[in-house]
Amino acid sequence: MPAYNTIAFHADRCDMCGACMTACAQAKSASDSPRRARIEVLADGAGSFGLAMCRQCADPECVQCCPAAALRKDAETGIVEWDHDRCVNCLLCTVACSYAGISLDEAVGHVVKCDHCGGDPACVRACKTGALEYLTTARIYNEVGALEDLFVPGLAGCQGCNTELLMRHTLRRVGPNTVLAAPPGCVPGMGAVGYNGMTGTKVPVFHPLLTNTAPMLAGIKRFYKRKGREVTALALAGDGGAADVGFQSLSGAAERGEEMLFLVIDNEGYMNTGMQRSSCTPYGAWTTTTPVGRESPGKSQDAKNLPLLMVGHRCAYVATASAAFMTDFYAKLDHALEASRHGFAYLHVYSPCTTGWRFPSRQNIEVARKAVESNFVMLWEYSPEAGLRLTHPIDDPAPVKEYLEAVGKYRHLTPGQIAHIEHHIADNVAAIKRQATAPL
Amino acid sequence: MRKTEAAKVMGMERADYLIAGAGHAALAAMHAIRLVDAGGSLTVVGRDRQLPYSPTVLPYVVSGRSDPKRVFLRDEAYFACARTAYRRGHAIVRIELASRIAELDDGSRIEFGKLLLSSGARPVIPPVTGLQAVPYHVLRTLDDALRLRAELPRTRHAIVLGAGLIGMHAAENLSKGGARVTIIEVQGQILPGYFDADAAAIIARAFEHDGRVTIQTGTRAVSAEAGAQGGVVLHLQDGPPVSGDLLLIGAGVAPAIDFLAGSQIRCDRGILVDASMRTSVEGVWAAGDVAQAASFYEARPVLNGILPDAVEQGRIAGMDMAGDAALQGYRGAVPLNTYSYFGRHAVSVGSGCAPPGAEIVVRGDADAERYLKVIFDQGRLHGIFAINTPLDAGVMWQLVRRRTDLTSLRARFLAQPREVGRALMSRLWR
Ligand SMILES: Cc1cc2nc3c(=O)[nH]c(=O)nc-3n(C[C@H](O)[C@H](O)[C@H](O)COP(=O)(O)OP(=O)(O)OC[C@H]3O[C@@H](n4cnc5c(N)ncnc54)[C@H](O)[C@@H]3O)c2cc1C
Repeated sequence: MPAYNTIAFHADRCDMCGACMTACAQAKSASDSPRRARIEVLADGAGSFGLAMCRQCADPECVQCCPAAALRKDAETGIVEWDHDRCVNCLLCTVACSYAGISLDEAVGHVVKCDHCGGDPACVRACKTGALEYLTTARIYNEVGALEDLFVPGLAGCQGCNTELLMRHTLRRVGPNTVLAAPPGCVPGMGAVGYNGMTGTKVPVFHPLLTNTAPMLAGIKRFYKRKGREVTALALAGDGGAADVGFQSLSGAAERGEEMLFLVIDNEGYMNTGMQRSSCTPYGAWTTTTPVGRESPGKSQDAKNLPLLMVGHRCAYVATASAAFMTDFYAKLDHALEASRHGFAYLHVYSPCTTGWRFPSRQNIEVARKAVESNFVMLWEYSPEAGLRLTHPIDDPAPVKEYLEAVGKYRHLTPGQIAHIEHHIADNVAAIKRQATAPL
Repeated sequence: MRKTEAAKVMGMERADYLIAGAGHAALAAMHAIRLVDAGGSLTVVGRDRQLPYSPTVLPYVVSGRSDPKRVFLRDEAYFACARTAYRRGHAIVRIELASRIAELDDGSRIEFGKLLLSSGARPVIPPVTGLQAVPYHVLRTLDDALRLRAELPRTRHAIVLGAGLIGMHAAENLSKGGARVTIIEVQGQILPGYFDADAAAIIARAFEHDGRVTIQTGTRAVSAEAGAQGGVVLHLQDGPPVSGDLLLIGAGVAPAIDFLAGSQIRCDRGILVDASMRTSVEGVWAAGDVAQAASFYEARPVLNGILPDAVEQGRIAGMDMAGDAALQGYRGAVPLNTYSYFGRHAVSVGSGCAPPGAEIVVRGDADAERYLKVIFDQGRLHGIFAINTPLDAGVMWQLVRRRTDLTSLRARFLAQPREVGRALMSRLWR
């Protein structure tokens, strides 16, 4: 079953201007009256806004209650389709729907409902505040779903871990013509390199040292090139290996412009070996080597901004991504893959760790989202030709406290430490924005 | 050897799930079972030779609005895809509970693990002397509808016995087909139980305005005989006899449970079920028009006999049969009706019987044919009845069920039930 596009409503961005309703009435009823629209934005009486519109339910009640077979869920598009010729106007669908998603239009004398305008909803086009958004993320899952999964079926990640998602998606997209380097870390830890003489992937995979991942991969890439074969050289590394002992060799490979895609899954420490701090661990965080107690208030240094350091190498491509923003991640994966054909592509993915960061396993993606929405991390991409560009700018960031409160490793923070973090974020935002506006 | 295989060896079909009927309740149950249990063997037995269809669509088949070839709710491919054996054109005639075997009208026997009784209802034929000797029509099956439709061009004057939804739908369509129609109703108004007398009067006016329909309420047919030039003459308790060339009986329905005669399954007017649609016998469920389930309003279980309830009960039964952990028990029958007539629309949600101390508000504009009646019980919506007044019936159903306190919104709700309902929806269950 394919995944479907959807119209999302962000009540906090809505100012009740009514443009969506007018646009819908014009598009669907050749009328300017909002009453003829198939979308209604309304004040919910509790200070926010709600939406009366068909939700294109997965298991639509209206379809089951239609006596005339006039409603059906289209398996391809996910739209609940209404058939004028079969409809007998009994209105039982309006009984079945608890969401006012299908209702009688008195002017035409039959029920009407939203059909996403065939994939380009007029209401979304008319919305100037971003309150309505046409989410096409489903496209990714449909496309990727059709690609071969190149990892073994069972990977032994912790409950709630996002890394399996990142690994599988990445390798599906990058494809079978790949040599994969998986240095010590969670990626091989959950079975990517395999067990008992069997590999965990359907592509050649090797397990370099933390210190030599980039040069080993560079050597293999060059070897294939010399043999006249084009392969993708891909590293799935952790932040510890990349930012600490592996940094020298990573920097060297980037400086030489070795043709590879180096993807770092940043969970802010050595989570696989017992949650030790790395140079990517943020200030104040608890780890087993930056404990919290009388002597120590958690980590006392700020994290190094590894992706920004990679920009300093003027790599063919550098970007940051988040497990909570897969559309963004996908676009960057495509760009990175392209860049890796002629130079060094570096992709840095912020990846919360349920076990090591101490939060409930069901909240992984939510924590990742909060990190982005508070500007704790920022999503951007860079190439020498286009410079640095924010891909998901946050103009009105959520208070970082909301993010810190969601994560157990910050539970002990004092107001002073929080102030330090806020200050550091402000610095970081300023630095990135300077880069983003700097002339090339 | 598994039981299924054992049954096969003995030459008998076996189904982990057997569903009697292929109507709304049956289809909803089948869907719910397959969402959880993709592997269990499932057999659906439906008496109609046609693919599944809804009795509700039949008036539109009679009128010609619905193409009888395009009313089917599912096709064979659907059953194949759901790996369901669909035995159509066969009725279950007997259930042997001890051996858990259902017998079909062709003598074949199906051993079942779990059984759902969802055989719907059949028309009730009132005790009118001589009725069995005259030709008459009922409307419950597609064959009934096709027979009635074939009569339409020859019909100049039709008599409709019973002014419930079936009778009224049929009367409208007969008159649109060009016939004169006389409706006979024993109670004092049309659509009793669905709308109150004031609303019924507004609806009746639309029929009488049509010019071809005569409504006689508060009178009973006592006997019937064949007319002189064919057709039927009905003698009434009071008033002159009525004659016509076609008689349609729409005097109510009763659960179709004759094949249960003598079984230990507890029945009252219908099959008695609990909140999971289980009958008194282990491993047997019932849903839809056959079932007599809890009422939302009264202590006694009721027959609700409407399509949305058949779907809901069917889903609950299916979920329980398959052991779906997400099952929420039945919250009680709420009467619900949408009724479209001559291009107008009437909606009723909830009970019209106001409990003591209830507040009843009526807003009417007879000329505009608009009507709104709202019953509040302790500030909560008890029932709402509207003609030509836009309402989201599904939202009103939720407000009734959730017993949402409307005390502070009372005036606004009465002025704009649709808008206030939508705002509450956004707040309470978006
Ligand atoms: C003319 C008409 C108009 C209606 N209008 C409305 C309306 O406007 N709104 C509304 O809510 N409801 C309406 N209804 C009622 C609604 O159609 C029913 O409530 C609904 O169909 C009940 O669903 P069900 O599955 O219980 O029964 P049904 O849909 O009747 O299905 C029963 C199934 O059981 C099968 N069956 C019967 N006996 C046996 C047997 N012995 N063995 C095997 N199979 C058997 C039948 O073939 C059928 O497939 C109307 C009904 C009629 C007749």
